[in-house]
Amino acid sequence: MSATTPTRPGPRRSGPWLSKAAVNGALLLSACYMLFPLVWLVTAATKDAGGLLGGNAFSFEGFDLGGNLARLAEYGDGVYFRWYLNSLLYAGGGALVCSFVCIAAGYAFDTYDFRGKEKLFGVVLMGVLVPSTALALPMYLLASKTGVVNSYWAVLVPVLVNPFGVYLSRVFCAGYIPGEALEAARIDGAGELRTFWSIGLPMVMPGLVTVFLFQFTAIWNNFFLPLVMLSDQQLFPLSLGLYAWNSNAHAEPGFYPLVVTGSLLAVVPLVVAFVSLQRHWKAGLTAGSVK
Amino acid sequence: MTDRVTAGRPGPGGPAPGHREDGRPGPGGTAAGHPGTARSTTGHRTPSGSPAAPAPSPAAVRPGGRSGARARAGAAALLLAPFFVLFAVVMVLPIGYALWLSLFTEKQSGLGFGGTETVFSGLGNYTAALGDAAFREGFLVLLGYCLVYIPLLLAGGLGLALLLDSALARARRFFQLALFLPHAVPGIIAALIWVYLYTPQLSPVVKAMEAGGIGFDFFSPSGALPSVVNIALWEWLGYNMVIFYAALQAIDRSVLEAATVDGAGAWRTAFSIKLPLIRASVVMVALFTVIGSLQLFTEPLILNKGTGSAVTSTWTPNMYAYTAAFDRNDYGLAAAASVLLALTAALLSFAVTRLAGNREKKSKERKARKERTA
Repeated sequence: MSATTPTRPGPRRSGPWLSKAAVNGALLLSACYMLFPLVWLVTAATKDAGGLLGGNAFSFEGFDLGGNLARLAEYGDGVYFRWYLNSLLYAGGGALVCSFVCIAAGYAFDTYDFRGKEKLFGVVLMGVLVPSTALALPMYLLASKTGVVNSYWAVLVPVLVNPFGVYLSRVFCAGYIPGEALEAARIDGAGELRTFWSIGLPMVMPGLVTVFLFQFTAIWNNFFLPLVMLSDQQLFPLSLGLYAWNSNAHAEPGFYPLVVTGSLLAVVPLVVAFVSLQRHWKAGLTAGSVK
Repeated sequence: MTDRVTAGRPGPGGPAPGHREDGRPGPGGTAAGHPGTARSTTGHRTPSGSPAAPAPSPAAVRPGGRSGARARAGAAALLLAPFFVLFAVVMVLPIGYALWLSLFTEKQSGLGFGGTETVFSGLGNYTAALGDAAFREGFLVLLGYCLVYIPLLLAGGLGLALLLDSALARARRFFQLALFLPHAVPGIIAALIWVYLYTPQLSPVVKAMEAGGIGFDFFSPSGALPSVVNIALWEWLGYNMVIFYAALQAIDRSVLEAATVDGAGAWRTAFSIKLPLIRASVVMVALFTVIGSLQLFTEPLILNKGTGSAVTSTWTPNMYAYTAAFDRNDYGLAAAASVLLALTAALLSFAVTRLAGNREKKSKERKARKERTA
């Protein structure tokens, strides 16, 4: 980081030390606010129903993580892990196809010139502004007309489209693929699609990972669409399954540990992904911010 | 900021996300040193317009330039097709269908024995929705939510980003990650966690507050809005902070050094130099936040399921549409409510971009005037 050196004429004498403490203190405080619910989730997931309802949240009294996990695996013939696999399928499959679709379109917008290109790109940007939940209801009605409602397709197809992903892809293609490389490939006689596949795509791979990561998160976190589309428990993603369990918890407090432990396991993959792929989500937010 | 506003490429209308402020298309720091970052975005292209024209472009120099142009047009169409086919199916078609549906209503035929029939009702569903106090109240709730949430989010995000960008901050990577991490938590789970943290029997927070003599019922009528705002802030504050921070990091450091040399303190630099330079990011975040806020659904839904909450099942317009469709099976009304919501989103995003555009124009005029008088 190119921090400016603190040798500038300090306006206050007690300045550097005190303000340093203030700045870092404020940051620390906000980090605590962000992390504290997650810490609670971890400790709460280790408790049985009694410990959760009565005990001190941050102690380990009523420690029963093993029991919670066992109950989670057993309940409803292991339906929780069915949901887990469903979520992986929706998010993994959906994000994979979506990111390729986005990169292909972004590459075309970046590389080629054709009539009405910027107008067409404007249409994509308009798509960014459409509130997705306003589309979910008509989409449900369309799906029930065509009979795909309450199926894998009903949740998978809508998440293949991400206009903002196309925008990001265009920015990434402009940044990662030097035009000279494409020209060279053409002069060597490679066809256009061949050039895209073996020259452009490998070069823009970091951008693809970024688009994938954001779409994976969006689908993993998606709740409204599955809520509207699915009624068969066997097709539920995690978000919807946990919601259903939570609705039972008021009448049946035994569900609380299931919901809490299930939530913890549901959060783990994304936390791991974000911790290990920091470069990629930062790149995405940077590209999305001003560029 | 004029030196940064170079037409990297024709901006696709308005300072929407497509509004690029400088010629650096790459993903920030990571692309530094990448061979692509320095190239001009138009230099190597064939000129726009009719692609087959034998213009002095690289295509013309190459053997078979004309057929090459045709091949490129074909490839462009092929690469764009998957996206636009899906776009049509998943976005355009539902919008059209919602508009269509909103014009019809189900009527009991005869004496109610013959089931229902669908009849054209014109704008009847719209007047029904707008005439329903519950729907209008939903918009009032939304207005209150936006007025509290958006300023807090923008101020908080900018404040944290400026703190993190200041020379005094330590452990920047850690703070960035820690603040961003809630984004990895699905909205529904975030809402669940917080509702548990609001529930007196479960929550260490409520207990601690009671011990400190503060009694606050998160489920009471006056507690509903703060409860929802807090969940939303927790989810989005860090995410937007990282966007602002990324924009701040992209500021040319020599500008800041010049300000320091001129005697500007940290506060002065932050407010008079850094903030104006990242205006585009602020506008973008505001735009996305407005659109996201209008769709408010998950968090209040979970609060609604909490026992004895003041949040009703039609608390926000989106919840109203959902209840209309699935509890009352009134699809026409649900479609009309959805259309009205989408229309509001369109109007507001237009207003935000317009407002931002106007202000930019004004500040440019002011600058020009200053330069003239100088």
